[in-house]
Amino acid sequence: MAEPVLASPHAESKRPFLTEQRRSRITAYTFISPFFILFSIFGLYPIFFTFYLSFFKWDALGPMKYVGFKNYDLITSDPTFWISFSNTLIMGLMGTVPQIFLALLLAVLLHSGMTKFKKTFRILYFMPNITSIVAVTLVFSTLFGNNGMINWLLNGVGLDSMAFNSGWWGVKIAISTMVMWRWTGYNAILFLSGLQSIPMDLYESARIDGANRRQQLISITLPLLKPFIIFVTLQSTIGALQLFTEPYVFLGQSGTGSTRQEGITMVTYLYSEAFRNGFFGTAAATAVMLFLVTILFSVLNMLISRGGRETGGKKA
Amino acid sequence: MSTLRIFRKKPDDLGLFGKLGFYFVLILGALVSVFPFYWMFVVGTNDKGAVFHVPPLLTIGDQFFVNFKRVLEKADFFQALGNSLFVSSMVTISVVFFCTLAGYAFAKYEFPGKNMLFIFVIATLIVPQQLGVLPTYVIMAKLHWIDSFKALVVPAMVNAFGIFWMRQYISAAVPTELIEAGRIDGGGHFRIFWNIAVPVITPAMATLGILNFMTVWNDFFWPLVVLKNKEHYTIQIALQQLFTTRDGLDYGMIMSATFTATLPLLIVFLLFSRWVIAGLTSGAIKS
Repeated sequence: MAEPVLASPHAESKRPFLTEQRRSRITAYTFISPFFILFSIFGLYPIFFTFYLSFFKWDALGPMKYVGFKNYDLITSDPTFWISFSNTLIMGLMGTVPQIFLALLLAVLLHSGMTKFKKTFRILYFMPNITSIVAVTLVFSTLFGNNGMINWLLNGVGLDSMAFNSGWWGVKIAISTMVMWRWTGYNAILFLSGLQSIPMDLYESARIDGANRRQQLISITLPLLKPFIIFVTLQSTIGALQLFTEPYVFLGQSGTGSTRQEGITMVTYLYSEAFRNGFFGTAAATAVMLFLVTILFSVLNMLISRGGRETGGKKA
Repeated sequence: MSTLRIFRKKPDDLGLFGKLGFYFVLILGALVSVFPFYWMFVVGTNDKGAVFHVPPLLTIGDQFFVNFKRVLEKADFFQALGNSLFVSSMVTISVVFFCTLAGYAFAKYEFPGKNMLFIFVIATLIVPQQLGVLPTYVIMAKLHWIDSFKALVVPAMVNAFGIFWMRQYISAAVPTELIEAGRIDGGGHFRIFWNIAVPVITPAMATLGILNFMTVWNDFFWPLVVLKNKEHYTIQIALQQLFTTRDGLDYGMIMSATFTATLPLLIVFLLFSRWVIAGLTSGAIKS
């Protein structure tokens, strides 16, 4: 606020230190500084420290002891780590792949089938996403109980009950269902906004050329929707790798059950190593592994989508 | 109306049966989306055994207050609700303010390193939260912020998504000439921001505020890590605690609590749904 007073007398004589340009630069840096300050302390520094920490034995209280790669040896020779790893991938696939197809289907239907209740449907489909994951998990744990509604339905169509809260596959199905319920509508709305951004005259000229509905879908809708599909897939993949609350709450009924093997994920493993067992070193190593897996999947995602783009380009 | 549509007017008109199929799938999807909310209420208003009633009970009962009384015996429900309200409001006010400032700077100022810094902001979006969790916990311990709301509020006071989103909106909605005119009239930088830019971008700020409020309100992992004392629990932790009672699960109680905790957010969402959805979709497209 004192700046104008400082600047004006100088402006008369010689070139002032606080020129208009300098002042506006300082203002801009000030405006963006909160993010960079907070991110340095609570984002960047912790990330580097995690890598550093993964080479030490530490209980977060006493002195740190350098152990080299021992933490990585420890977790990679722990069967529970590998179970958490494969669980994360299996539940990630089960929750993400059908979800994206369903979301696409819903978006296409919503876009082309009718326009009348579009707004209402959008709100209804989005509702699961605003609910807390804890609430979602609690509701689904009643539906997936031994005598719960899902088993009642299964029996109704002549199938056997499934142990959704203790079986190897049961737990995974239950948890993937929760993930799907929460995110399918959200993704459908993203896809819908993508569909709405495609110009209608493309369809009109295709129709004039005699393209039927299926051909239009394959050669106009899907290629133009591709950025959205890539975005949603990437976001879902990253989200799936960080799965924590659903298994933690769903399997936590007895208080200690959150690390039960049927549903332990990489983040649950990390959490229990650090905050239950006090092994910050191995937990840090787990975090690094999680990060590497995330990078790997993001790169895979990019490569696959780039490959697709090239073939798409040739067609067009 | 639909009888006329049986005769296909356009080559890709689906006809009556196609339309019925569309409706069927769309309505089924909507029912699946909404049913758990209804079920929450059904269980919360019926007595203990209602969850596993065969065939499933689908009618609303009158036991809601009886169930909810047991919630109040087991947990400081309203305290937890108040804690969540406090934390979410503090974070939201701060996020909206700082992200708008930063977004404004990125949209309307020229300064060395601008593009690089903005790309950096975007890049931070892909780093998983869990990667920095352990050192952040240690920092909190060093600052003696464990079990305090500061641990929840301070690290969340500004975020990359908000900056990105405000920048996009400000670039499009605030005319640069207006800002220049303000400068020529001798207005200070912050004064121009406050009096010229902010009034124009209030809708975007509101959307960011609601989206952010919901995210903080629903967060579970970080509060679980830093909060130790019952009286500091946020509502999510309090709900989860109700679920860990060892002496048999009282679903009537749990669901009456879950429903009560979900209701405020649901109402806010239904009131502002158009903004929320617009915010969601416009934030996601550009990457």
